[in-house]
Amino acid sequence: MSEAIPISLKVNGRTHRLFVRPWHTLLQVLREQISLTGSKRGCNQGVCGACSVMIDGAVVRGCLTLAADAADREIVTVEGLAEGGALSPVQQALLDHGAVQCGFCMPGMAVAATALLADKPSPTEDEIRDGLSGNLCRCSGYVKVIEAVRSASAGGAS
Amino acid sequence: MEFHGPSTVDEAVSLLAADEDARCLAGGATLVAMMNADLVMPSALVSLRHIESLRGISADDGGGLRIGAMTTHREVAGAAGLGGAHALISETARAIGHPAIRNMGTIGGSIGHGDPQADYPGALVALDAAVELRGADGARAVPAQDFFVDYLETALRPGELIAAVTLPASPAGGFGAYEKFARVEGDYATVSVAAVVAMEGETCGYVRVALGSCGPTPVRAEDAEARLAGTALGDEDIADAAAILRDACDPVDDVRGSGEYRMMLVEPLLGRALRAAAAKGGAR
Repeated sequence: MSEAIPISLKVNGRTHRLFVRPWHTLLQVLREQISLTGSKRGCNQGVCGACSVMIDGAVVRGCLTLAADAADREIVTVEGLAEGGALSPVQQALLDHGAVQCGFCMPGMAVAATALLADKPSPTEDEIRDGLSGNLCRCSGYVKVIEAVRSASAGGAS
Repeated sequence: MEFHGPSTVDEAVSLLAADEDARCLAGGATLVAMMNADLVMPSALVSLRHIESLRGISADDGGGLRIGAMTTHREVAGAAGLGGAHALISETARAIGHPAIRNMGTIGGSIGHGDPQADYPGALVALDAAVELRGADGARAVPAQDFFVDYLETALRPGELIAAVTLPASPAGGFGAYEKFARVEGDYATVSVAAVVAMEGETCGYVRVALGSCGPTPVRAEDAEARLAGTALGDEDIADAAAILRDACDPVDDVRGSGEYRMMLVEPLLGRALRAAAAKGGAR
């Protein structure tokens, strides 16, 4: 067992000073050391997208990012989307459209959709589908998710 | 396990030289997935994230292109101003995985895994690219075709890292196309075809083709290219070239398709890739 590494993680605007092992994933550290359990562990292989977080504005897999490699970068998790206690437009739209079924994929969907709209404020339906293609919903509730994201976009009627 | 974050290639190379079981960490998309599955557990990780010289795309004086190993798929996919056949590398990057994977994954990390089902290997062989390696003894360049040695095996020697991929100048009038057949968007290819074609009027003047997911390494057959050169890329020409390519294939049966099914895909995908590349040059 090697030495634990001291790192500083910037999550949702707060800096956390922690010790991590080299193989600890960002997902693991978020959930187990910072108690941010919104990001889910689905496949732990980068396939399902339930662990999606943003690093420096880009959506990435929390399960494929090593915590030590994420040090000093700007991390945003689903817990960081709401501002001042109010749900973000994407979160509110997911709720309003009944897009949440069992809910396990929702944190990842909300983060991926937020990153998509930051990049492309008025995406076409194809662009929404492509933007969310890395997020699996085992309830297969994709249609309402796509409707929700369209309504939260700059061009969407809500 | 140790974790290192060097800021220069020299530093990274000396860390690798000091520990044969150390591995480079690029985007993490493959290595961390394998660590999570307990398939590999290196004695040390050398993160290349902080080495600026490994990032970015630059043109050289001779019309060639250099893509740093740590350049992400998203950066390659969105690269502006890539002319002629070079645009094939962007087209290929756009076909890789999903947005999150394209944000994380790098060209060096992808080819270093040596997976013949990945998207870049065939495109690099079709583009006649070279892989620039750095080790304690200096730098060397290996043609992409020789870099991929076997299934998950490359020409990378212990202590070396991948510094860049270099593309030669695009052949005159040449354009590329990447045809990928996958079960769903974002999956690995069941079969992929990367082609570079230069038409001279109605005649194919230059052609170079590589297949992905059809053997332990990208499959190229010079005889197939010779069969296509000088033709108008007609149905019979493509059928003959596909037959030669199929003889060079050694496909596996897996969840993405049987070997037999893969071989049925070669001819139609080859035809689409050749004609799409030719059409970009204004043919037909």
